[in-house]
Amino acid sequence: MLDRRELMKRAGAGLTALGAATTLDPLKSFALDTVTLPFDNGERPLVKYPQKRRLIGITSRPPQLETPFAVFNEGVITPNDAFFVRYHLADIPLSIDPDTFTLEIKGSVERPTKLSLKELKAMPALEIVAVNQCSGNSRGFFNPRVAGGQLGNGAMGNARWRGVPLKAVLDKAGVKAGAKQVTFGGLDGPVSDKTPDFAKALDLDHARDGEVMLAYAMNGADLPMLNGFPLRLVVPGYYGTYWVKHLNEITVIDTVFDNFWMKSAYRIPDNDCNCVEPGTAPKTTIPINRFTVRSFITSVSDGARLKAGTTTLKGIAFDGGKGIKDVAISTDGGKAWMPATLGKDLGNYSFREWTLPVKLAAGPHEIKVRATNKAGVSQPMEALWNPAGYLRNVVETVRVTAA
Amino acid sequence: MRNMICALIAATAVGTTGLAQLQARPVTYTLPEETAAFKPGPGVEAAQNNCTACHSADYIQTQPRGPKFKKDFWQAEVTKMIKVYGAPIDDADAAAIVDYLTATY
Repeated sequence: MLDRRELMKRAGAGLTALGAATTLDPLKSFALDTVTLPFDNGERPLVKYPQKRRLIGITSRPPQLETPFAVFNEGVITPNDAFFVRYHLADIPLSIDPDTFTLEIKGSVERPTKLSLKELKAMPALEIVAVNQCSGNSRGFFNPRVAGGQLGNGAMGNARWRGVPLKAVLDKAGVKAGAKQVTFGGLDGPVSDKTPDFAKALDLDHARDGEVMLAYAMNGADLPMLNGFPLRLVVPGYYGTYWVKHLNEITVIDTVFDNFWMKSAYRIPDNDCNCVEPGTAPKTTIPINRFTVRSFITSVSDGARLKAGTTTLKGIAFDGGKGIKDVAISTDGGKAWMPATLGKDLGNYSFREWTLPVKLAAGPHEIKVRATNKAGVSQPMEALWNPAGYLRNVVETVRVTAA
Repeated sequence: MRNMICALIAATAVGTTGLAQLQARPVTYTLPEETAAFKPGPGVEAAQNNCTACHSADYIQTQPRGPKFKKDFWQAEVTKMIKVYGAPIDDADAAAIVDYLTATY
């Protein structure tokens, strides 16, 4: 991001005054503090935010942070300090008092209600292990490229969420007959009042399915500030755009919500593949919804050099909530496939670990991974395309050399 | 009398604040300093003056590059900022920003 020349310029007088001997080391370490995502213009700084380990900086205001891919090889639960961050609008809350925070439930309800965090925590709790994934995860790999956050594969994470079912909160307020949707707003907002405030909606039946939840804890701890402290919506199996952070406003409505974030943004082509010919526009669109089926190899990275012989490959797979049925591995570019062994089942919304020992003879190998869910839906061998760069789920390939 | 009431109120206020601080646990968060900057080039001032109110320069820096990401691409982005996100950019500045982005990124 910053080239050496720019750094020198920034260091300015200090560099001249102190001389090269004392400033070269900081310069060198700063230069090492970048990663290059494997697509054009993919250089990103590694950045350190409070409550977070060093993550890949996509943008700084509002903050968007990507999880370094190696984290996904550490385990199927993504640690809170490594979990990705995505905001839309720059007026983000930087001071929240959990003792005075309230969630308001209003609109087409019998009893407009305000609940404190303490009251929410006193209700029967629900825990779900679920993947949150940005709609634009992997957008940087789109070909042709498209505008938007240029993410690698790290805008996803898997956590154990604890909170209350949205249904219980809606029942407390009493949804009126004729209600159609429920909308969600958070404490973050736009800098200008001309910018549409971020808010999302779910159909009433979905909102009352008993799984959509208001989470106040993540992996046994309070939510990190940048992941929505003190309360966020968790919509298992659905893309992160619905997982409204700093959730403080729930409104039941009798119509279909038509704000910018539902009607114009986060739309996918309305056809079987939710895709179009690269470079073309869809005729009609629908709001983005469930995750496509995905799988990754986490134990070896592209370009790795391995010892010839037996190597145990490891990775993760997930889908939009049916659950993973099987994961298959090819070490010859997709000609022959071998079934991997699935790891512990943490529920249909979680990452599912897979492992497979493979024998790699000396030479180059193209390793591919393909998951199939319990509904029989799998992943395409060639990437599908849509203009917004959503839903990417092509069969991933890692090229390695054994010697 | 009036002064005494004021003093009492002040004392009460201090007491309440002290108590509130003991009970409440406000979580405050400090974002790191923003380091992303616009590349130098003709028209950079128009970009700095208009774009940075709402977002950092890395939103631009990280976009795809190449022949397909020139004037039409940046024109569409600037138009989106004005029409969709309500950015108050006048016509002259909008044209200057498009030219700057096209030439510089």
